[in-house]
Amino acid sequence: MTDGALLSQVAGGVPIGAPLAAATAAPHVTVRGLTKRFGKASIYERFDLDIPRGKLVSVFGPNGCGKSTLINIIAGLIPPDAGEILFDGKPLRAIKFGYVFQNYREALFPWLRSVDNIEYPLKLLKLPKAERRARVERLVAHLGVKIDLNRYPYEMSGGQQQLISIMRALVVEPEILFLDEPFSALDYEMTLFMREQLQRIFIETGTTTVLVSHDLEEAVYLADLVLLLSRGPAQIADYVDFDTPRPRNDATLSEKGFVATKAHCLAVFQREVRKG
Amino acid sequence: MKRALDPFLPVLGVLGLIALWYIAVWKQIVDPVLLPSPTDTFHAMYKGMAGGRLGFDFLMTVERTILSTVIAAAIAIPLGIFLGASERLYRSLEFVIDFFRSTPASAMFPLFLVLFGVGNTTKISVAAFGAALVILFNVSYGVMNARKTRLLAAKVMGASRLRVLTDVMLLESLPQTFVGLRNGVSLALVIVVVAEMFIGSTDGLGQRVFEAQQLFNMPDMYAAIFAAGALGYGLNLMFQLIERTFVHWSGK
Ligand SMILES: Nc1ncnc2c1ncn2[C@@H]1O[C@H](COP(=O)(O)OP(=O)(O)O)[C@@H](O)[C@H]1O
Ligand SMILES: [Mg+2]
Repeated sequence: MTDGALLSQVAGGVPIGAPLAAATAAPHVTVRGLTKRFGKASIYERFDLDIPRGKLVSVFGPNGCGKSTLINIIAGLIPPDAGEILFDGKPLRAIKFGYVFQNYREALFPWLRSVDNIEYPLKLLKLPKAERRARVERLVAHLGVKIDLNRYPYEMSGGQQQLISIMRALVVEPEILFLDEPFSALDYEMTLFMREQLQRIFIETGTTTVLVSHDLEEAVYLADLVLLLSRGPAQIADYVDFDTPRPRNDATLSEKGFVATKAHCLAVFQREVRKG
Repeated sequence: MKRALDPFLPVLGVLGLIALWYIAVWKQIVDPVLLPSPTDTFHAMYKGMAGGRLGFDFLMTVERTILSTVIAAAIAIPLGIFLGASERLYRSLEFVIDFFRSTPASAMFPLFLVLFGVGNTTKISVAAFGAALVILFNVSYGVMNARKTRLLAAKVMGASRLRVLTDVMLLESLPQTFVGLRNGVSLALVIVVVAEMFIGSTDGLGQRVFEAQQLFNMPDMYAAIFAAGALGYGLNLMFQLIERTFVHWSGK
């Protein structure tokens, strides 16, 4: 038992499980003092954020407030001007992570068959062919994907292509998965289908996930935590828990807890937009 | 019913042209000395290609065109990748490349004659020079316009700069490289044929056309012109087929 747990047990007399749970849920990602400017525009000023392990965090906020910038900085795609981002206290290069782009058409490699697209990051890790194949097959079985992976991406529907992108991100068994508006280029029907796929993947793998979404319903529906950002420079307007058990389904959308959380997020969002 | 005829539509234009040609000869709309009948022309073409001079000249032109394109590609593709990968370097050379790309290659003949004499080398090097600039320009642009997201995707998966270049940029630039190769081979053919006409040549399609005209042998001249046309068309088709096989994702 850790000192902290012992201390709070003594001090507050709370049940023994609670502080222990809090201790094991030490934040996976810590962002401290993040500062980023584009020219004169200040996007982040000494911004702090904790992302808990094994949770799905949805990021929601006004257009252009810096949602993409945030996950791009955390994922190392763009450098911060100042600040520190650690994963269990380690820097990004020490961990494996996956990133899914909005524009799957431009993120996949059209010269490779889908299966080779998924294998590509394993190739970069210099795994032998047999091992790569085995890993992909394991992932396919794990996710219950029924697509012909010998086809080229351009021979597939948008949803299937995005699913390939997600599998390519997952195949390295990442500690954390980033998705930047992954479904916004899909039609509504496909979006609904892909939400379920993502939920399944999350339940199956329990990977810490950061999802940027421009659709509040989707953001809340998929989230354990909804991160609401304000504008210029971005601040945490609210960080809302949503703990309805999974798997969630259509019925979830009309449950009281969901409706209340969504209404609360919308109110915060509108307050921030009006300030804007 | 109508649809079944669709594949034969391109043939209609050819048949129409030949019909017009027959009528023009038959009605003597054009001086028969200047315009021989299609029969005479095709006969001259058949005789020339089947073991005659025309076949030999055809092969000489093919050889020069292919050789100059290969040389151009061997220089321009690696250079284009190099320049395209470092965009600032390309920007600093852009004017020079555009300037020479806009200079008619035929204007370079005298210079190359001084450098290489009246032999084969001059013809091939001027053609290679012209084709190389076209290929260089296209390859560089292909590399520079590589989809940013795709480069980021490779980077985010942990690809080194070299891997990004070989695994992504190179393949991204292939469609544009083929545009360059097709334009380059067309230009090389133009330059080779012109060179064969005027630069102390004893063979090649250009020489054949020129000689037939000097001798007023119109069927031979038309036959050589058609052979040159078929060559240009064939080379283009060949590159298109190669592209379709190797760059299956082009335009998708
Ligand atoms: N590379 C860049 N150069 C200059 N400004 C940028 C760049 N990337 C983003 N911005 C600006 O930063 C702000 C935040 O962008 P972004 O993170 O993409 O917003 P969003 O929340 O919509 O994802 C926007 O105003 C955008 O115009
Ligand atoms: Mg964005």
